[in-house]
Amino acid sequence: MTLTPDAMGRALPRIEGGQKVAGTARYAFEHPVVGPLYLHPVQSTIARGRVTAIDTSTAEALDGVVAVLTHENAPRLADTSDAEFAVLQDDTVAFRGQYVAAVLAERSETAREAAELVEVTYDQQDHHVELDEDSPDLYAPDVVNPSFETDETVGDPEAALESAPVTVRQTYTTAMTHNNPMEPHTTVATWDAEDGRLTLFESTQGVSAVRTAVAGVLGLETGSVDVISPHVGGGFGSKGTPHANTVLAALAARAVPGRPVKYALTRQQMFDLVGYRTPTIQHVTLGAEADGRLTAIVHDVVEQTARFKEFAEQTAVYSRSMYATQNRRTSHRLVPLDVGVPSWMRAPGEAPGSFAAEVAMDELAVATGIDPVELRIRNEPAVSPASGLPFSSRHLVDCLRRGADRFAWRLRDPRPRARLVDGWWIGTGVAASSYPTNSMPGSSAVIRFHVDPSLDPALGAAGRYEVEIAAADIGTGARTVLTQIAADALGVRPETVHVAIGDTALPPATTAGGSSGTASWGATIADAADRFRDKWGDDPSDGAQADGSMPDNPYSGRYAMSAYGAHFAEVAVHADTGEVRVPRMLGVFAAGRILNPDTARSQLLGGMTMGLSMALHEESVLDPRSGHVINHDLANYHVTAHADVGVMEAEWIDEEDPYVNPMGCKGIGEIGIVGAAAAIANAAHHATGVRMRSVPMTLDDFVV
Amino acid sequence: MKPFTYARPDDAAGAVDLVAGDPDAAFLAGGTNLVDHLKLGIASPTTLVDVTSLTSDRIDDLPPAHGDTDGGLRIGAAVRNSDLAAHGRVRAEYPVLAEALLQGASGQLRNMATTGGNLLQRTRCAYFGDRTTPCNKREPGSGCSAIGGWARYHAILGATHEPAGQACVATHPSDMAVAMAVLDAQVQVLGPDGERTIPLEEFHRLPGDDPTRDTVLRHGELITAVDLPAAPIATSSTYRKVRDRASYAFALVSVAAAMEVVDGPDGPVVADVRIALGGVAHTPWRATRAEDALRGGPATDEAFRAAAAAETAGARPIESAVGGNAFKVPLVAGTLAAALRTLAHDPSTDPTEEPG
Ligand SMILES: Cc1cc2nc3c(=O)[nH]c(=O)nc-3n(C[C@H](O)[C@H](O)[C@H](O)COP(=O)(O)OP(=O)(O)OC[C@H]3O[C@@H](n4cnc5c(N)ncnc54)[C@H](O)[C@@H]3O)c2cc1C
Ligand code: SF4
Repeated sequence: MTLTPDAMGRALPRIEGGQKVAGTARYAFEHPVVGPLYLHPVQSTIARGRVTAIDTSTAEALDGVVAVLTHENAPRLADTSDAEFAVLQDDTVAFRGQYVAAVLAERSETAREAAELVEVTYDQQDHHVELDEDSPDLYAPDVVNPSFETDETVGDPEAALESAPVTVRQTYTTAMTHNNPMEPHTTVATWDAEDGRLTLFESTQGVSAVRTAVAGVLGLETGSVDVISPHVGGGFGSKGTPHANTVLAALAARAVPGRPVKYALTRQQMFDLVGYRTPTIQHVTLGAEADGRLTAIVHDVVEQTARFKEFAEQTAVYSRSMYATQNRRTSHRLVPLDVGVPSWMRAPGEAPGSFAAEVAMDELAVATGIDPVELRIRNEPAVSPASGLPFSSRHLVDCLRRGADRFAWRLRDPRPRARLVDGWWIGTGVAASSYPTNSMPGSSAVIRFHVDPSLDPALGAAGRYEVEIAAADIGTGARTVLTQIAADALGVRPETVHVAIGDTALPPATTAGGSSGTASWGATIADAADRFRDKWGDDPSDGAQADGSMPDNPYSGRYAMSAYGAHFAEVAVHADTGEVRVPRMLGVFAAGRILNPDTARSQLLGGMTMGLSMALHEESVLDPRSGHVINHDLANYHVTAHADVGVMEAEWIDEEDPYVNPMGCKGIGEIGIVGAAAAIANAAHHATGVRMRSVPMTLDDFVV
Repeated sequence: MKPFTYARPDDAAGAVDLVAGDPDAAFLAGGTNLVDHLKLGIASPTTLVDVTSLTSDRIDDLPPAHGDTDGGLRIGAAVRNSDLAAHGRVRAEYPVLAEALLQGASGQLRNMATTGGNLLQRTRCAYFGDRTTPCNKREPGSGCSAIGGWARYHAILGATHEPAGQACVATHPSDMAVAMAVLDAQVQVLGPDGERTIPLEEFHRLPGDDPTRDTVLRHGELITAVDLPAAPIATSSTYRKVRDRASYAFALVSVAAAMEVVDGPDGPVVADVRIALGGVAHTPWRATRAEDALRGGPATDEAFRAAAAAETAGARPIESAVGGNAFKVPLVAGTLAAALRTLAHDPSTDPTEEPG
């Protein structure tokens, strides 16, 4: 079924925009509760070893302290198979910053002070926290996130490279980075011992996933855990799966039945406990004919994981489907370290992988003397290089052409270090971008109709449609876009539709991740609407109701589905000081039907901004002596600022794709970051002649 | 965060008495630095004495000194950074100061930050702010984590590298103070024993054998004002701040400079120059070697870079796998050249060129 767009495609203002501006939209920590206790954790100051003693007496003696939990007295968990969730269950320390105790107090200041007073004695062991590709511990994971093959070889890449007239063989690195949403992870947990119910006000990208995980860990029925999360101040993946902080809050709540436990991570804790992007070391070799046509792509990746839990970022997967070649090898190797476990950060895999792949393409352009836009066009595949399937739609070439046109690319002098303007070296660069069009099975929705005589007759409906689905709006505009989808699916005006999300009291939904939210929830709502109309026609009676669930896509397995884009950047590097500025960034995307131009533009610009940030700033500095990130606040961990960039624009081409889902839309939450850093690095090379193979690039890369 | 008492005495003398008489008391101004430190547990005063309404928040004209035609300015200790940057005479006669302030922190912070508090803000060394790491400034004798650690923002001049128990390679983070260093500012202080005046150049101290002390101010001494003497050269002055992010970031290297250029037979000549560097030392660093190298010589790029080389001849960069600072030596040269070039080319200071 394909929906006919009416509300879809319009710039419907954010439904909760007014509430957010007025400060009345409630985030997790702001839900009023009676008699709360505040939690402040004690974190390990060693990176590996055992806790041999914990003295909590001074902390407990402090006025206002209600309890101090340690591995000795904390409630036991039912399931500790996921080591990240095994909070306060034993004396082992697997990484620096791990929870070793938690204080519950009447006031947050008291909890914090008391946490300082808990004395922990350790048996410290040697730790290893530095990513070293020569590590003897290097291993190949079974799969890479979420379930891609670790290694893949097509054809005979070594032989192809041997005979290739042109080769580019380089190593690229990207830094460890932390997601840092504006709103830190927060939980308000209440344990009702009588009813055996746990209630969590939680800042999360998926209430249903939190419910399942927490219920399992605590040994509760899934239905005994309520998770409520109407508004979320960003997540960027770090709130995509629950982390130890949620388990700690839930555990603490069980220790003090009836009293709500409030826990908001400090910014420093955000660098210890809720995931991050692994640093990567990427060896890329390209072989090509003199005309630029690729004969071989090799992309071998080394990255880190935690010794106590595995996460394998799918960094080389980007190279499996981007450009046409007969010979290809991609691989992933992990070094297990005594560090916190890496996790999802916006476009895991694609973001770091595209950096290496798209800078390597720029190097090939220089090596062959072919314009980098043209080089990419020459290597456009007819079918998906990964699966051999035809594309449901692929308009990368259109994005490149449109962007080149808008950026006046034809006027570009290809020589590097050729333009010095007012003391700044100026250059331009391009990179391609792609992100898979994911949709996740498992969501359901319900639609209910209520007659409402007070409704404006001009709206053409006798009442209102309640659409319920436990989806998440992490600031993306999902609530608004789902309203538009529901309106078109029901054939009514969006003003008559109310979409309720972010609560496990609603039908379960998949997590906002992998840019799959709108596609999955939208298709689910469309299914419910279909059934509703089948059952009730266009003139439903009061109380009419229908359920729907995420349908199988008949075209999956028959088409390769991805969104594509092209980034263009202008970079200025100061001749005396090496300061890097980005006067212009343009992203042109082909991402199916754009359901709401305002919220879509925000997503795309947000992704590009994060790419700019990745290119110029973001780096978690892990001190190998202590094993923790030392620049763990937003004064020291820089995210990009307005002054770094001049004009930043995102636009898209009209792309119709009848195969992806009923809306014809592709995910747009992540594609904006993919390739953005490469375009900036390529522009920096064009400006200065200095090749940037490592991000973030900083002024000392240019100052001599 | 420990409980503390908040006090607001009637006058400055009362505030001085309160703090001088209690080793655990501290003055509170805008709070943009001190309150962070309370939360991080690196300051734990039991009494906070709010001085924002006890010192002047005005900028007053000073009478001309003997032999001068113009007088300078007296800046009350409670003057907010944003007000100081916006003041007409500051902008016209001491542009280096207005520019330095506007390149510091953010609009919101500048609205809170005071002149007195800004001079006394503490280093941004990440280890100083993290109680779980060794730091001689915070805990004498524990060691200096920055040496061999993340030292990107750290000193290349005047630091203490050994012995390990006294080492400190921190930098002073203030932009305002660097500008004031080229303006020969005088810090007015009220202490339990009365008033005294401390030249800004002597106000901050190198770590020496006691990195716990940032300044020569004694406990209980209150900054009441900062005086800027009249300085005609400062009308041709500028502040060039180089940082990792284009705004809202501390300096890697900054240059405050005032320069008077005259026409010589072979081109422009430096008649007089004042230079201070930020981001390179435990104090705003008055670059007298560079000044001496330039004075009377040609106002050329080569001369600017040579002057920087003279100043950094004794530099001792920090090597580190997680962020050393050797790049600061060439960066001082580049930044100084960029700053002085704008002053040399400023048409309003160039007598041969009538501004169009
Ligand atoms: C995120 C961030 C970014 C920043 N970026 C910059 C930057 O780029 N450049 C820059 O220069 N600064 C920057 N700052 C620092 C800011 O300028 C200082 O925090 C501010 O100037 C301190 O002034 P305050 O009045 O708030 O001082 P407070 O925090 O109130 O006090 C600081 C210290 O001074 C003492 N004190 C205050 N007034 C007096 C007085 N009259 N006499 C004696 N002692 C006194 C206090 O006891 C305390 O020890 C930044 C700060 C933050 C938080
Ligand atoms: S540089 Fe100074 S402030 Fe920083 S860790 Fe060393 S002693 Fe402490």
